[in-house]
Amino acid sequence: MLNTIFAFINAAIIQGTPLLFGATGEIITEKSGNLNLGIPGIMYVGGISGIIGGYIYEHYTEDPNTALCILIPLLSCMLGSLIMTLIYSFLTITLRANQNVTGLALTTFGIGIGNFFGGSLLKFFNESGSISLMDCGAAFKMSLPFADDLGLFGKTFLSFGFLVYLAVIIALVASFILNKTRVGLNLRAVGENPATADSAGINVTKYKYFATCIGGMIAGFGGLYFVMDYTGGAWTNNGFGDRGWLAIAIVIFAIWKPKMSILASYLFGGLYILCVYIPGLSASNKELINMLPYVVTILVLIIISIRKKRENQPPQSLGLSYFREER
Amino acid sequence: MGNVAIELRNISKRFGSVVANKDVNLSVYNGEILSLLGENGSGKTTLMNMISGIYFPDEGQILIDGKEAVISSPKDAFDYKIGMIHQHFKLVDVFSAAENIVLGLENEGKFDINAISKKVQEISDKYGFDIDPRKKIYEMSVSEKQTVEIIKVLYRGANILILDEPTAVLTPQETQKLFKILRSMRDDGKAIIIITHKLHEVLSLSDRVAVLRKGEYIGTVNTAETDEAQLTEMMVGQKIDLNIERSEPENPVDRLEVNNISCVSREGVKLLDDVSFTARSGEILGIAGIAGSGQRELLEAIAGLQHLNDGQILYHNPKTGDVENLRDKTPLQIRELGVRLSFVPEDRLGMGLVGNMDIIDNMMLRSYKKGRTVFVERKAPKELANKIINDLQVVTPSASTPVRRLSGGNVQKVLVGREIAASPTVLMAAYPVRGLDINSSYTIYNLLNEQKKKGVAVIFVGEDLDVLIELCDRIMVIGSGRITGIVDGRTAKKEEIGILMTKTERSDDNE
Repeated sequence: MLNTIFAFINAAIIQGTPLLFGATGEIITEKSGNLNLGIPGIMYVGGISGIIGGYIYEHYTEDPNTALCILIPLLSCMLGSLIMTLIYSFLTITLRANQNVTGLALTTFGIGIGNFFGGSLLKFFNESGSISLMDCGAAFKMSLPFADDLGLFGKTFLSFGFLVYLAVIIALVASFILNKTRVGLNLRAVGENPATADSAGINVTKYKYFATCIGGMIAGFGGLYFVMDYTGGAWTNNGFGDRGWLAIAIVIFAIWKPKMSILASYLFGGLYILCVYIPGLSASNKELINMLPYVVTILVLIIISIRKKRENQPPQSLGLSYFREER
Repeated sequence: MGNVAIELRNISKRFGSVVANKDVNLSVYNGEILSLLGENGSGKTTLMNMISGIYFPDEGQILIDGKEAVISSPKDAFDYKIGMIHQHFKLVDVFSAAENIVLGLENEGKFDINAISKKVQEISDKYGFDIDPRKKIYEMSVSEKQTVEIIKVLYRGANILILDEPTAVLTPQETQKLFKILRSMRDDGKAIIIITHKLHEVLSLSDRVAVLRKGEYIGTVNTAETDEAQLTEMMVGQKIDLNIERSEPENPVDRLEVNNISCVSREGVKLLDDVSFTARSGEILGIAGIAGSGQRELLEAIAGLQHLNDGQILYHNPKTGDVENLRDKTPLQIRELGVRLSFVPEDRLGMGLVGNMDIIDNMMLRSYKKGRTVFVERKAPKELANKIINDLQVVTPSASTPVRRLSGGNVQKVLVGREIAASPTVLMAAYPVRGLDINSSYTIYNLLNEQKKKGVAVIFVGEDLDVLIELCDRIMVIGSGRITGIVDGRTAKKEEIGILMTKTERSDDNE
């Protein structure tokens, strides 16, 4: 029994990690007043970019180096997500296009890009079969060598690849920056009331661009974790599923607090695979259990709407473009 | 008076084809308070926004301490020690006072909220402010928010302070307190510019007055050598009679009887608390109070748009002589009875008119149910639209121009005109002169007076106490959702109303 519970916790953390990257990225983005619904697409692109980088490296190298096996996919993932967020930022911040429409289009686009390269990457190199990056996958999966010696605790909490810990560290750092530094204060002001921020001498455009791009790159790591660590370097089309949308739901669940999003991500991760750990479920009941994360999100939305505590509300100008000379 | 703190030379600014400022020349000295006087839309705020870096002038020079300055962003303005306190406060609601004050400051080392609070306290003590640095903005009163704004610019070491309509939202007592602080800052050697259109404030506070009219600079006079009549003439460009006529009510009878109504917001806050009063025909009942004290809820309750928890609203129908309880009726039924509401919200369009629709369509919003067929009836609304345009001198290219494109005053004429056209028996007008120039304001006052003479019970919610005292027969004061007193408009003093506005206890002598 105890073993099952710990196995479940372990699996919840694994499932929660891509969600945590996505949620942290989206929180940072939304704190600047940008509602980036392109995050699911950006996570797809983050994943496929990592695969492309890793594949090219493995293809042209006889004996792949472990450090490069991590570094190259990591950098190409960042580049891929950055390009995606730059498209979003240029459209919504500079051209002031509708954020929802742009975001949704970007998600469709990102999933398409992922599936296109996922299906055709091997053909470009005249190979057949399916994408499987053994060396990169192994490098990302590397865990502390002594983890297995630490018994159940070590197996449950220390047996992950480095991206799992990076997700937590990024969330904690994001929380610190947002709440305890001038940069964080300024960023929150931009999302709450850009006109105020502007009149206080804050460069609103710069903050929006930086927050959105950094947020997008963090979210991209979620896709990278999925393809490199979770599936061990393999790509299947649509394999990432709807995790990107769950990440956006977590932002609401965590009431825009990165620290809360750590717990929320693991909770949602657990709910995501709960059906596997409940024995004897029929197929239809499984689907009902799978619905839980979404039901919980709706409940949270209802609760924070009723409570109406000002600090728990979304950034006030979320989803709105800012134009200074408007009169 | 000290040296010239800031000098403007031939400043011009255009927005598209609209000229907001044209060849403005102005100088302000250290240790003086300069009033910038002008009607709404005369370009006062635009001019000051150019000094504070929000806009950039198309032409002209700005000189600070004798040297030419380029102010292309608010940050540049801070560097030149210029601080502006905007009419609509630029504060982040969920931040504390201290957080708002240091917002945007980057070269100040570690972000230590305790040290910041201490410095805020020092500034407060120096000039006599009263503020808790840890209090959240959304918990503050309007006057406290303004204090935060002023400390914000002082914290940045501002030497030139610009205040945009600082008294618009204050009670007379709060205004006096603010003036005291401004005078102590002037004596400290700071240059202070206040933007206003209230003449008596200009005369009591400032050392010199600069007047703008339609974006053009008219002139500067010493306050000691001028009077209201001269300033008005400079401001409007013609002599106008500043007195509002007030006739004695003829045969007033009770028209609307509000008995002990209460209503509670979704968060459980009491918006209206046991409100009772009577509105009579042929009389203008003024409602005074700090913004957001329940004025809107009260009018909406009468119009049937607000859910009541308690009490009743009795309507004495002049046609049938029946007494009807409006609480049981739908907004449409209430409107058919002749109870009309024209509410001008802060954005001026939010309630009652649809900006993207033209004047005819906006007339139709009130009549679309009258048609006999499935098709809408366009003829009558069209006639009505043309009638309003003619009668009220609405400036518009045609009746089919989207309302959004009209200027504020014309939008308000359309809104008030439509409600009056339905020959109401009760006319509720909330902030009908909000943002209007003097001439348009007087057109609206005359309209209300005409309705009064026709025997309509007029309820007028106003911001300017001077106008309320001149226009209304009785003035009801509302504070935190309670009626704190009803005074006679002919004998009331402004200070008396001011005290009632801030009073938290309910008075027992409600009439």
